[in-house]
Amino acid sequence: MAGNIKSRKKFQMSKEQYQKRSAEFRPKKNIFMNSLKAFVVGGFICALGQAISNFYIAFFNFTEKTAGNPTVATLIFISVILTGLGVYDNIGQFAGAGSAVPVTGFANSIASSAIEHRSEGFVLGVGGNMFKLAGSVIVYGVVAAFVVALIKKLIFS
Amino acid sequence: MNLHARVSRQTWQFTSDIRILGSGVSVGPLEGKGPLASEFDTIHSDNYAKQDSWEKAEQRMMKEAAQTAIEKSKLQSEQVDMWLAGDLLNQIITANYTGRELDLPMLGLFGACSTSMEGLALASALVDAGFADYVLTGCSSHNSTAERQFRYPTEYGGQKPPYAQWTVTGAGAAIVGKGGDGPKVTHATIGKVVDLGIKDPFDMGSAMAPAAADTLTTHFSDLDRNPDDYDLIVTGDLGKVGYAILKDLMKDMGYNMDPVYTDCGMMIYAPNQEVFSGGSGCGCSAVVTYSHIMNRIRHGAFKRVLVVATGALFSPTSFQQGESIPCIAHGVVVEGGA
Repeated sequence: MAGNIKSRKKFQMSKEQYQKRSAEFRPKKNIFMNSLKAFVVGGFICALGQAISNFYIAFFNFTEKTAGNPTVATLIFISVILTGLGVYDNIGQFAGAGSAVPVTGFANSIASSAIEHRSEGFVLGVGGNMFKLAGSVIVYGVVAAFVVALIKKLIFS
Repeated sequence: MNLHARVSRQTWQFTSDIRILGSGVSVGPLEGKGPLASEFDTIHSDNYAKQDSWEKAEQRMMKEAAQTAIEKSKLQSEQVDMWLAGDLLNQIITANYTGRELDLPMLGLFGACSTSMEGLALASALVDAGFADYVLTGCSSHNSTAERQFRYPTEYGGQKPPYAQWTVTGAGAAIVGKGGDGPKVTHATIGKVVDLGIKDPFDMGSAMAPAAADTLTTHFSDLDRNPDDYDLIVTGDLGKVGYAILKDLMKDMGYNMDPVYTDCGMMIYAPNQEVFSGGSGCGCSAVVTYSHIMNRIRHGAFKRVLVVATGALFSPTSFQQGESIPCIAHGVVVEGGA
């Protein structure tokens, strides 16, 4: 029945046109401010790490070489506590890469996944999902390390 | 059935006196600190709503909203013929598990965040056609259950862009029946799936605005109406970004939305609450419509309101595979007066 099809105004726009149009309305990320915040917070985390490292060297029997492991462990511990208290995600929103790149960000990605999936049990939930975000960092970290080591062995030895 | 119920293949006109007899909402703590808080029936002071998982918290809110709606309609739950509901979680578990508690015949719905108006339109159609006397319809979302399914763990310190949105923790439900003095449902316009190629799952406002523009344009031309014919036109959850885009798109189509148009995602939170571009989720339009808007219609502040709920029909799998986000919008007209 032809009478059933109503003729009317139609909203029409091409994808290309719309991409351009909508981009004008999307608030821009402030790259300068974001970089500055990331620099300050990231720098602060690294300075904190240096202070912890100096502390271990001064008060315990660590050398500059051996203080690395306990320092990283301490930073991870702090990051996990802050994640559990629900603070680290706020720091992350403020600092961006500044809190994501240091080891604390890596710890946060594991702890947050573990907390998130606690409701599905310890094996399938916590165990199965802990490395959901960190997994790809580990995989590509190992692969990259392997490739670099291979290059070093082949070219420089 | 009356011959004039079908205005076009997208627009329905309800031929009998279809009313919203009662409605209820239940929300989380952030929404409870927002500007509409005094109009919410139940406000939880923590995101867990005294349950041991966020999923159960969302179910509890949906059940509370449904029970409040039944109570306010002065009905017994045995009198309700149908539960039409949906949510954002896989296999719409919130709606299904709430259905288990309510012990009502059920049809599950999924229209992402457009589910609120999908439910209201279908409920009105079922009652108008005589298949049901009273239909309970509702939907819900929860910030933490949605974040976990669609994005990252809640405590993960990833940075969100300024155009991201905040999924509303809350549920809204309403009873649709015939007669009485409640807000009257007169028309519904069912949307088509529109996809203009937005791929960023944080940028839901831009993705959904074209679907809203499509449904609004269809609605206005089917009924030969203009934005001026309404006291209020609200979209479900476009947020500040989508709101501005939609106004611009509608201007192109020759409709000036300015005086009457706003967005539920901008109404539910105060400007000083840090929710980026605004609220989103099934709960957003349901909570605002079934509390604030219903109250204003009952008090006579609004005579005719068009609610256009917008939904992004993507899944975590689809966006990881690089697909763009298909969207839909459904509009329902609610009028005041006897």
